[in-house]
Amino acid sequence: MNVVSARGLVKQHGHGQGRVRAVDEVDLEVPRGEMLAVMGPSGCGKSTLLHLLGGLERPTGGEVWLAGRRVDTLSERALARLRRRSVGFVFQAFHLMEELSAAENVELPALLAGRSRREARRRASLLLDRVGLAGRARHLPSQLSGGQRQRVAIARALVNEPLVVLADEPTGNLDTAATLDVLRIFEELRSAGQTFVIVTHDERVAATADRLVSMRDGMFVDDTRLAGTGTGWLGGLAGLEG
Amino acid sequence: MQDAVLAMLAKEPSHGYHLRARLQRSLGPLGESMNPGQIYVTLARLEKAGLVVCERADGLPDRPERKVYALTPAGQQRVATWLSEVSWPKPDLAEFHLKLVAAAAARLADPVELVAAQRRELLRRMREAQRAVLAEPEGSAAVLLLEGVVLRLQADLRWLAACERAWSKVDDEVEDA
Repeated sequence: MNVVSARGLVKQHGHGQGRVRAVDEVDLEVPRGEMLAVMGPSGCGKSTLLHLLGGLERPTGGEVWLAGRRVDTLSERALARLRRRSVGFVFQAFHLMEELSAAENVELPALLAGRSRREARRRASLLLDRVGLAGRARHLPSQLSGGQRQRVAIARALVNEPLVVLADEPTGNLDTAATLDVLRIFEELRSAGQTFVIVTHDERVAATADRLVSMRDGMFVDDTRLAGTGTGWLGGLAGLEG
Repeated sequence: MQDAVLAMLAKEPSHGYHLRARLQRSLGPLGESMNPGQIYVTLARLEKAGLVVCERADGLPDRPERKVYALTPAGQQRVATWLSEVSWPKPDLAEFHLKLVAAAAARLADPVELVAAQRRELLRRMREAQRAVLAEPEGSAAVLLLEGVVLRLQADLRWLAACERAWSKVDDEVEDA
């Protein structure tokens, strides 16, 4: 079953002559457990697409479905509720609450979703352990490195066991080592069946996905399956003949 | 390969199997396709060229292999030369570039499509290399090599993105004309 789907999705900014279609008639289906990467130059509409899929923005036209439920027609209240419970967001700039500790940042969406204090604490502790930050639970974001902050943000995104994780340039502010940490966590989650849509301009991040769509001027211009196409090319690469 | 094997012997004389294990450790997944006999073929060639000598050692009971290889003075000289050489594999971009130019000129194929096909292939390779990086245990020597493979592919993919932009523009101009 598709966790995320979109039909004829349009997002238009401005009116008349000055109007721009940031997303222009996009159709998309993301089956359960798939990691989808979306690539394209700045301004191609990839972040807008992610916002539409996650219910952060409303489309000008078309439909968005999450796990078989149409979401673009929901009331603000119902949409906010759905976002909290079913979608995990990871942003380039982390968006952590600076006055809350790592653990409190992770607990917050669980509390907002109506879970008990005790349950929120239990989940936060498990997830911080999973992203390798068990020893940093009481630290404030300002006491953490960029890579550690992003790992807190990933734990936060997972706290309500979302149907899908939507990540917008998740490694955009990270160095190579921290990028690899994030990719390792994503890979673990992917093997556990988590569905992802990742917007990125980093080829390395895109290449870890099962499938890659390329966007240009609000439209998909390429759709490539990367999974299961191993060529054994790497083994022949060492240049050791002779 | 010959130079690398010689250089590994610079530290101390060694058995063939030991050299092979060291090579594989350094290469990680890139060493997987190495033929088990290849190291002995290489050592035999080096011996014939007078760069190594093979001594029969009194092997330990748990090590049946008794051949120990050591560098000759000529071998040492060659290692020194190899280490001081500046060489770098040249990326073959000219051929692909000319393919695009020729395809466009003769209207044989759409350069933008050729770039897209190449990009898909490189992305699949990138995925393979990236997964190999993630699969290596911490502290593995092979990670650095795999990192080099990934970064080269990344550079190639960025170049293809530039090709795609430039050739798309050519398309648009033709349509506008």
